[in-house]
Amino acid sequence: MLEHLPALQVVLPLVAAPLIVLARSTRFAWLATTVVSYACLVCAALLASRVADGGAISYALGNWPPPWGIEYRVDALSAFVLVAVSLTASFVAPYAQRSIAAEIEPDRQYLMYAMYCLCLAGLLGMAITGDAFNLFVFLEISSLASYVLIALGRRRQALFAAYQYMLLGTVGATFYVIGVGLLYLVTGTLNFADLAERLRMVQDLRPVLAALAFITVGMGLKFALFPLHQWLPNAYAFAPSMATAFLAATATKVSVYVLLRYYFTVFDPAALFERLPTREIFLLLSVAAMVVASLAAVYQRDVKRLFAWSSVAQVGYITLGIGLENQAGLTGSITHLLNHGVTKGAIFLLLGGVALRAGAGAVTMETLAGLGRRMPLTALGLVVAGLSLIGLPGTAGFVTKWYLIVGALERGAWWVVAAIAASSLIAVAYVWRVVEAAYLREAPAPAAARREAPAGMLAAGLAMAGLCVYFGFFTSINVEGAHAAAALLLRGAQ
Amino acid sequence: MSALAPHFSYWVTLFLMVAGLYILIARGNLVKKLIGLAVLQSSVYLLYIAPGKLLGGTAPIVAAGFSTYSNPLPHVLILTAIVVGVATLALGLAITVRIREAYGSIEEDEILERDRAEGR
Amino acid sequence: MKDDIILRVVAKLLLPFMLLFALYVQFHADFGPGGGFQAGVIAAAAVIFYSLIFGLRAGERLAPPWIVEAMLAGGVLVYAGVGVAGLLLGGNYLDYFVLHADPAAGQHRGIFWVEIGVLLTVAGAMLKLYTMFAGRDRNEDGEEEGA
Repeated sequence: MLEHLPALQVVLPLVAAPLIVLARSTRFAWLATTVVSYACLVCAALLASRVADGGAISYALGNWPPPWGIEYRVDALSAFVLVAVSLTASFVAPYAQRSIAAEIEPDRQYLMYAMYCLCLAGLLGMAITGDAFNLFVFLEISSLASYVLIALGRRRQALFAAYQYMLLGTVGATFYVIGVGLLYLVTGTLNFADLAERLRMVQDLRPVLAALAFITVGMGLKFALFPLHQWLPNAYAFAPSMATAFLAATATKVSVYVLLRYYFTVFDPAALFERLPTREIFLLLSVAAMVVASLAAVYQRDVKRLFAWSSVAQVGYITLGIGLENQAGLTGSITHLLNHGVTKGAIFLLLGGVALRAGAGAVTMETLAGLGRRMPLTALGLVVAGLSLIGLPGTAGFVTKWYLIVGALERGAWWVVAAIAASSLIAVAYVWRVVEAAYLREAPAPAAARREAPAGMLAAGLAMAGLCVYFGFFTSINVEGAHAAAALLLRGAQ
Repeated sequence: MSALAPHFSYWVTLFLMVAGLYILIARGNLVKKLIGLAVLQSSVYLLYIAPGKLLGGTAPIVAAGFSTYSNPLPHVLILTAIVVGVATLALGLAITVRIREAYGSIEEDEILERDRAEGR
Repeated sequence: MKDDIILRVVAKLLLPFMLLFALYVQFHADFGPGGGFQAGVIAAAAVIFYSLIFGLRAGERLAPPWIVEAMLAGGVLVYAGVGVAGLLLGGNYLDYFVLHADPAAGQHRGIFWVEIGVLLTVAGAMLKLYTMFAGRDRNEDGEEEGA
């Protein structure tokens, strides 16, 4: 069975979804979802260790050899992304039981679990596939499932947010397909490794440039690259808590992975970064994202929306590494896929607990008032995760910023270092707003009784916050994995 | 004019793509936006399928006496893309129906106005 | 529309031919254009046609909601089941070569069952979409019926 791990990684959640729909029972749905999430984590961990020992794994679906058949290819980068996604899923799945019970109508809850499993399958498939069009299929599976997850939010604004996200996301996916189509017309193949080889020999570069542009903009819409980020704040603010936590930690990261895969494996990175202004564009857009989105976060009243804007800024850190295009910069980028995942995951999981106890859909600054006394553990978790957002030494966020700063210094880009410092200071501003509301403000009298979130939810949130600190000190998983992945990317196509 | 003829399908593709994007952006009615999205996706289908037909190629079933076959792969890819498009359209319309029930309107500016009025 | 005699008679005449054509398209996939998706849509169109003329209740008697939902999920499981069968018989996932002693016959068998799965899911999805949209109450106040 071990040689079939790449297939099982995707098949397990993909099969769980129709089983949940057939069974129609919420209890079974939650059980199946949790079991599948843990199974995916085990699968991803096993794959990562096999890749670390033995190099990239290739799996031919249907036993058709690549490039004729669809190939699942696990290398250092995809293994890292698989672990990041399934780690998040295994924290969100047990959390979901109380969260979904509180936010969705009872007879629809099993459908939400089914959508969650489909989204997970899509994201894992995106990370593991080695075929350009198969990636589109998984991209759309995960996207459609996430549109549904967001639309199930309690307030009616969730519907319009989901609609906007759907429009922009589908345009993004369509652009990606156009790019793949142009590449297919030029080379005649869809397999990444084969594309990389054949693209080196192409004479007429204009379709290739057009394909590059379409794929960049398409995926940029998916991971909310500034200024294509308009859908994100609304979508994350109004979605159900479990959906926000899962999507904020995974969806954008996997889309950045796709961009990394194209830039460094398919397209020739030497040509891409030397002959085109790719570095400058990414540096500019990333710095703009980091600064502008952090500033926007400071002025939000709705706390979920505040952290959604913070997500846009944090995606800027990830693309900053692409702009720096050196070992340290890319290590920072890739490790942020995991670091930001646990940070934002922790924040949104804990905020979901706050929303549940407050009984409201929205979590505003008023809802947070006096949180330190009412829900001390939750408030502590929020502070820890907030410190990771700022990048205090000892947290996961610091590790990312360290590598990005080292990468920027290697390039001599002092202004980038200044931008990282500036955005961290702005992050202090908006995290301080949350801390101030939680600890320095009095809770409104009737709500002052101390009552933590339900145990399952609290445990998941605190565990993720704990991971923020763990990954700040014990960097063997996140940094070494990212280091290997970055080295792989910089070595060029395999 | 003769410069356009060999690339006629590409011109149509381009026209559909841009028209679809324009409808999506410029129209405020939610259903019209979805129609723009559908037009954009149709341009993608054309982009894949039109070059798949090789000049002088026959249907891609092995037959004696033929050496050039049209490419069947784009058709398979586009079948998948069409299914994705159908699912997206269905989801979009379902959300539109729910928006209509929640807001009483499917005009984007009216929806935003109602949200602003309730002071979100 | 069930009061119009022309529509009623024509519907009753056409319905079996539409379903037969759906099956034809389904099984002809090896040799011509066709396959699960097309056949599923035609089959669903037949039932929707019936439902349009004779009303939603009659359509639901023909295809009860629980069967439609079961078809939706069941088709995916059939498809995945073929893949798992490939795994259990010693090949990779979705390996059709091992499904029969002769690899070419194995391909036939694999594609046959996979297309059945697609037929079930697509027909179920189209029917579910239709009944969801058509069964929506037109009440302005936003009350929903037939969830």
